[in-house]
Amino acid sequence: MRVPPAFLLASLLTLSACGSAGDAPPGGSEGDRGGGTLPTLSGTLTVFAAASLTDVFTDLGEQLEAQHPDLEVQFNFAGSSALAGQLTQGAPADVFAAADEAQMARVAEAGLAGDAELFASNRLMLAFPADNPAGLRKPPSGIPSLGELLPEDLTLAVCAPEVPCGAAAQEVLEQVGRTDAPDTYEEDVRGVLTKVQLGEVDAGLVYRTDVMSGEIPAFAFAESEAAQNRYPVAVLDDAPNAAAARAFTDLLLSEEGRRALTDAGFFEP
Amino acid sequence: MSRSREGAPVPAPLLVPAAIGVLFLTLPLLGLLVRTPWSQLGAQLTAPGVGQALRLSLVSATLATGLSLLLGVPLAWVLARSRARGRTVLRALVTVPLVLPPVVGGVALFLVLGRQGVVGSWLDDAFGITIPFTTTAVVIAETFVAMPFLVISVEGALRAADARFEDVAATLGAGRWTTFRSVTLPLVAPGIAAGAVLCWARALGEFGATITFAGNFPGTTQTMPLAVYLALQRDPDAAIVLSVLLLGVSLATLLLLRDRWLGRAGAA
Amino acid sequence: MSLHASVAVRRGTLDLRLDVEVADGEVLAVLGPNGAGKSTLLRVLAGLLPPDGGGVVVDGATWDCDGVHLAAHRRSLGMVFQDALLFPHLSVADNVGFGLRTRGTAKAAARAAAAAWLARVGLEGMGARRPGELSGGQAQRAALARALVGEPALLLLDEPLSALDARTRLAVRAELRRHLADFRGSTVLVTHDPVDAMALADRVVVVEDGRLVQEGTPEEIARRPRTDYVARLVGLSLLPGTGEGRTVRVDGGGVVAVAEEAVGAVFAAVRPESVALYLSRPEGSPRNVWRATVAGATPHGGTVRCDLAGEVPLVADVTATAFAELGLTVGAQVWAAVKASEVAVYAR
Repeated sequence: MRVPPAFLLASLLTLSACGSAGDAPPGGSEGDRGGGTLPTLSGTLTVFAAASLTDVFTDLGEQLEAQHPDLEVQFNFAGSSALAGQLTQGAPADVFAAADEAQMARVAEAGLAGDAELFASNRLMLAFPADNPAGLRKPPSGIPSLGELLPEDLTLAVCAPEVPCGAAAQEVLEQVGRTDAPDTYEEDVRGVLTKVQLGEVDAGLVYRTDVMSGEIPAFAFAESEAAQNRYPVAVLDDAPNAAAARAFTDLLLSEEGRRALTDAGFFEP
Repeated sequence: MSRSREGAPVPAPLLVPAAIGVLFLTLPLLGLLVRTPWSQLGAQLTAPGVGQALRLSLVSATLATGLSLLLGVPLAWVLARSRARGRTVLRALVTVPLVLPPVVGGVALFLVLGRQGVVGSWLDDAFGITIPFTTTAVVIAETFVAMPFLVISVEGALRAADARFEDVAATLGAGRWTTFRSVTLPLVAPGIAAGAVLCWARALGEFGATITFAGNFPGTTQTMPLAVYLALQRDPDAAIVLSVLLLGVSLATLLLLRDRWLGRAGAA
Repeated sequence: MSLHASVAVRRGTLDLRLDVEVADGEVLAVLGPNGAGKSTLLRVLAGLLPPDGGGVVVDGATWDCDGVHLAAHRRSLGMVFQDALLFPHLSVADNVGFGLRTRGTAKAAARAAAAAWLARVGLEGMGARRPGELSGGQAQRAALARALVGEPALLLLDEPLSALDARTRLAVRAELRRHLADFRGSTVLVTHDPVDAMALADRVVVVEDGRLVQEGTPEEIARRPRTDYVARLVGLSLLPGTGEGRTVRVDGGGVVAVAEEAVGAVFAAVRPESVALYLSRPEGSPRNVWRATVAGATPHGGTVRCDLAGEVPLVADVTATAFAELGLTVGAQVWAAVKASEVAVYAR
């Protein structure tokens, strides 16, 4: 996706102006450099985000940095559960974006974040190695059921139920009555992908966003829509750089952010 | 243990860092114990998956230690005694698992023993054996990561042992194998025991290579560290209880063995 | 002749070329300074180190020859090291029986033979002990029993007494002498202590820098040193006599006061550097003092070796300076003094 720079700049200007028109004064600003109404953000913005958001968020972060030369955006990409654990143990951060609502709830319950906003959703797909050792086949027309796709004796990797992608996997497997199918419960979606890429399993349930690049073949299936997980984002109550945090979430929720998310394979929340 | 020095005062330049070292190593442990929700202990202990994971951990770590002894002691002998040219390189290679991130070790094991791997694909074609996602894979992953600890420890013991005893044995008609069996092995037994303990402890705590190469499935490949890590994702309290349980069992095992060994050494 | 060896070894700075022959029942002492190659020779004879050239033949069997190398454990030999090197994980009896067991003797028979040998070396009833519970002398006796129990063709002794304290050394040396007399195979004793060589060997070869520098009976070596080293090393005055408690009555006449109790046929040995010369009789102190005549004087480096004739024949080393200050010449009358503690006594 290539956006003309002028247009990009204009949209960002508008966005920032909107953000600053709200309640809080710009944090850490050391003078009006940009001129006009553009608030200058500075310091460091720390974003804790689910690993599946790595590409999209990195791009958005660069956009924000381009607009605010004094601002440095730092990301901590990891499993949502691990991030939630770090936050409840007191890790300093400005923004938390999780891969499911349960992990956001953990942080909210700990009194660290107020209202969260959903910004995207992700669905599972059935990924398989390039040589398709189990000979998985899709019916000629329509979106198949996961039950139709899975032969009886295949080796299947899924995420552990404790992590968001695993909770969704559990749900779809229950729907088709195949909770006995997994051979391994991986600690995160990377573990599933690794085993698929190495050809050590016949198939794995991974996020749609993980296979968007087309390197790993995958089938969509009907049950995934009902078991999608939705991504909430929140500015943390004790955010050291609240202004920048708000600017980031605004960018994420803007048309610009939505387009980036869709391009990466996410659905609307 | 040296009796003659018992009661000798420790010099302050040693005492202070030593004390800090003890605190550094034991405070996290203490933190774990303080945070342990003891009321949950009973419920966690009787939870069905926990016993399974604990049993699997103990069995696989013990098997891995056995396998390490079988392969590692002869390997240590070769490293310590042979005058082969490539010995230095060999030693460096053998210790690679020490520096390799265990997850990478797991991927490497796939490349060899996985069903697409060099050896694994042959095993699959010829015998229909697939190793990944089985308890065998757990033992292999743990052995891969833990064996270098044994090898290094035994090699050190062999180097420190007086090689002249082997000369004596030779002049008394003992061939290389008899010498190894009836002189060298008993001489380095304490080193082997120490190495085996290190190896067992490392195998018991193994996480990265195991979850990568063996996967995570309750009853077959889910060892305690995997169970702890996944519990941490959802319920940190449960994870703490499981950790304390693993800690208790391993400490008890080591103390028990230590007493037995010390008892024997004392009789000697 | 039972041991024929012609050994060539190059290791680092050492270049060893040595021919040795030892008859059945004969004890050959290899005497020399550290680094002369003595221990290397023993390692070659034992089969622990293949020689670069030469050969080893024992009782007509080839142990080493061009391309032939009989491994150590296939050689009929016993070896005693400086430190007894008893296996710490075995009982004393199992140590002694070890060689029999490896060569296929049944357990009970090996145990019986070990017990018999322990009794022979004066360790009766100590078989059940651990090596750590033995004194140095006891351990070395056990090591000797371990080496001899298999009745080897060749016995190799590598500085067997040098790790022992002076008092123990005397006792073990006497005992070793007895066992060597009974031993029917060939013995090679490596030592840097001339007293060991004199007391135990039938023949002595002196080795310096990997080469033989002198060979002969202990008496010949002592009488006619050919190099400074030999002179300093073995220039002992060897006085055969009869022990009478704290004194030894020398066979040729005269009495020597000694520090240790001595009974029966003994040697009293005096090092030349322990003999002090005076022009008038020295005063006091419980010393041996004899009148003597300087019968010969040979300079060796910074010292002059004086042959002394008199009631007790002695050899004395004095510094060249002292020799000049005393105005000594051949035929000069002197007093020779030796401390009792400087006299080594051992059984004949």
